[in-house]
Amino acid sequence: MRAFVRAALEEELGAEVMEAESGLRALRNLPGESFDLVIVDVNMPDLNGLELVSFIRKHERHATTPILLISTEAAARDREKGIALGANGFLSKPFTPDALCERARELIGGSDSG
Amino acid sequence: MSDVHDEFLAEAQEIIEALSRDLLFLDQAQKEGNVQPDLINEVFRGVHTLKGIAGMFGFQTLSAMAHTLEDLLDDLRLGRVQLSQEVLDVLFEGVEGFQRLLGEGADQEAVDVKDFAQSIERVSKKSGGGRATLEELDLDESVLAVLTEYEEHRLRTNVTQGTPLYRLRVRFSLTTIDSNLEELKERAKSIAEIITYLPSVGGGDGDEIDLDVLLASSAPANELGEVLAAGGEAELELIRRKGVRKTSHEALVPPPIPIESEPPRRPTPTSRPPAPVHTPAPPPKGAAGVPRDMSADALSLRSVANTVRVDIRKLDHLMNVVGELAIVRSAVARITERIRSRDDLRQLAIELHRVNRGFERHLEELQDGILDVRMVPLGQLFDKLARIIRQVAREHDKEVRLLVTGAETEVDKLIVEELSDPLMHLIRNAIDHGIESPKVRELAGKGSEGILSLNAYQKGNHVVLEIEDDGAGMNEEMLVQAAIRKGIISRDAAEEITSQDALELIFMPGFSTRSAITDLSGRGVGMDVVKTNINRLGGVVDVWSDHGSGTKFTITLPVTLAIISALLVRVAGRDFAIPITSVQEAILLDRTAVRTVEGREVISLRGATLPLCRLDHLFRLLPVQSDRRFVVVCAVGQRRVGFVVDGLDGQQDIVIKALGKSLRDVRGFAGATDLGDQRVALVLDAPGLLEEVLRSQELPSLGAEPS
Repeated sequence: MRAFVRAALEEELGAEVMEAESGLRALRNLPGESFDLVIVDVNMPDLNGLELVSFIRKHERHATTPILLISTEAAARDREKGIALGANGFLSKPFTPDALCERARELIGGSDSG
Repeated sequence: MSDVHDEFLAEAQEIIEALSRDLLFLDQAQKEGNVQPDLINEVFRGVHTLKGIAGMFGFQTLSAMAHTLEDLLDDLRLGRVQLSQEVLDVLFEGVEGFQRLLGEGADQEAVDVKDFAQSIERVSKKSGGGRATLEELDLDESVLAVLTEYEEHRLRTNVTQGTPLYRLRVRFSLTTIDSNLEELKERAKSIAEIITYLPSVGGGDGDEIDLDVLLASSAPANELGEVLAAGGEAELELIRRKGVRKTSHEALVPPPIPIESEPPRRPTPTSRPPAPVHTPAPPPKGAAGVPRDMSADALSLRSVANTVRVDIRKLDHLMNVVGELAIVRSAVARITERIRSRDDLRQLAIELHRVNRGFERHLEELQDGILDVRMVPLGQLFDKLARIIRQVAREHDKEVRLLVTGAETEVDKLIVEELSDPLMHLIRNAIDHGIESPKVRELAGKGSEGILSLNAYQKGNHVVLEIEDDGAGMNEEMLVQAAIRKGIISRDAAEEITSQDALELIFMPGFSTRSAITDLSGRGVGMDVVKTNINRLGGVVDVWSDHGSGTKFTITLPVTLAIISALLVRVAGRDFAIPITSVQEAILLDRTAVRTVEGREVISLRGATLPLCRLDHLFRLLPVQSDRRFVVVCAVGQRRVGFVVDGLDGQQDIVIKALGKSLRDVRGFAGATDLGDQRVALVLDAPGLLEEVLRSQELPSLGAEPS
């Protein structure tokens, strides 16, 4: 999944991608870095995606970093919660590389940090 | 077919087998009212993976079917749908469907996905879970806000069940957090359900991070604390219902030793015991210097690389090569003998002999190694059968409990494959005809639940398989009457029939006690086919039954078919090989001891009567004059026959080659073998011959029967 997302973003958007294998790893990497976009899957091995969204938003540095939440189609309630916690958009699995890039472009374009 | 395609099939098969096993556990758990959420998750993940790989390899129907099933499983794990026997029916139906779609030459239309989706629709009556209970918990709003629907569901379920909830505060160093977490999971596994991990506010700065682990456990708090805190810094706190005043919380602060160890390997689904008991691996000393990233990834790679999947045909080929080498070895041995007879070359002969002995030893090792690789535990087959048992029992409104012993007994892969149909037939019979309906059972003073046992064990060179039920048993009188009606035996013969022979009537072609063959056990195949199939594997099937208390089939099989040890005998100037597994002993024939009983020759062997069969007579060969003859005593199961031969030629490992197409229907032979000196010997099908000889009591020879 991560490899798929990375390939799509690198090839289509020319983005520089930093991966984290789990929510906790993301937690470790986030504070020291700046991002144009954070993509978070609701289902992760340790932290869930909602927790990570909440955590990201609590960080001053990432108060406005756009967050794209990925979830399964059925998880409507999780999506709502994610948006309430500060995610800027969501995408249902399964998705095509094009759909991903389109959402990513929208979110990056819409944020202040550009 | 491409390797990639094969790889997909093999992987899909593995997933399906694991699914099937998990569903059986789930079935049991549902009946006992103790469904572990982990198990549903495991099934969910399996179906999810299958969907993914099927889609990737263009198996669209399979993928679509997995997709619908995944939705149902998602509802199950979120508690939107309750697990019931009806839901399990659909889940099992799904696994059957996967199996059909993957079968050899299966066409993608073999399963109607729409039909299946409707079945799912039917059972997916969603029940809205109560929402109120979570707010009663002394949990922060901010915590509830970040829980996924699944986590909420787990929390609610635990509250409903009255399982105490805890918050475990742990502090991990940033560099070791992954392994720390793995270890915590492993420790918690046997004692608690981890619901989620919450990073505490402000955590993530500095070198350490505080995590709140939300968990549910019915274990005593002090025990829970001990298990979870072992080797780390942890603080356990009970989450109370609101309105209950917090007193003191139990703090457990053992010396803060940084814990670092290899993450324990995830147990594969195949090794899941019915009641998972996990002993956490002790943290290995001195592992602290291993860079975390490397240890984690390298380990998972290594565990994958430890096993390979091999096509059984490749092993067959290797086995054939071993067979050829064995022939070379015999040839070298004979040449050595010839050289030895020359005085000037004696020394050379001795050296050659020594070299050949070494060759022989290594060849044996090679052979054992290949045989070992071919062995698979019977448990694989039993799992498949368990699925059938459940299905058949449900269809017939019978309650059946399956008891399995010896699932770890190993048998040649090919035998396991060939056993599947006969066993399935026996099991369908046991449930259909044997085990009574719950009401009848209760009237008979039995428990409403019928017991079906599958037992396997090794006995010398054989593997014994027992299929036993505690059902109605067989009525000998009815069997005999049916056999007379169908013209299988005469009335006269029926008068004198022993009760064992009466039971064996069920194996006669054309025998079926029911006028209308039921769809289930019938399928147009009778017990005679079961017997033929088992015989073809070099095995025999025995039956025992007691009217009113049950039936037991005992199947005795060789451990492998690939290479066998055989006794070489000479009959009328020709070579024959008798598989050593069937031979009990060989004795010199004492002509004066031969008596004739009811028109057949017998001798007394240690007090028991042994029927004799002269092979030259049986095969209609011209008998040769011989002063000494031998009796080779063959036994299969409970039955024995002494085959009279002209000479014994020693024991040799042989590779059986099938007889050509035109000779395949000739009975009495398992095949032919090359003895390595341009001699070819026919290999006797000892079990088959034995049956034939004992059955044709009135017939003077096998050849008199049209075949």
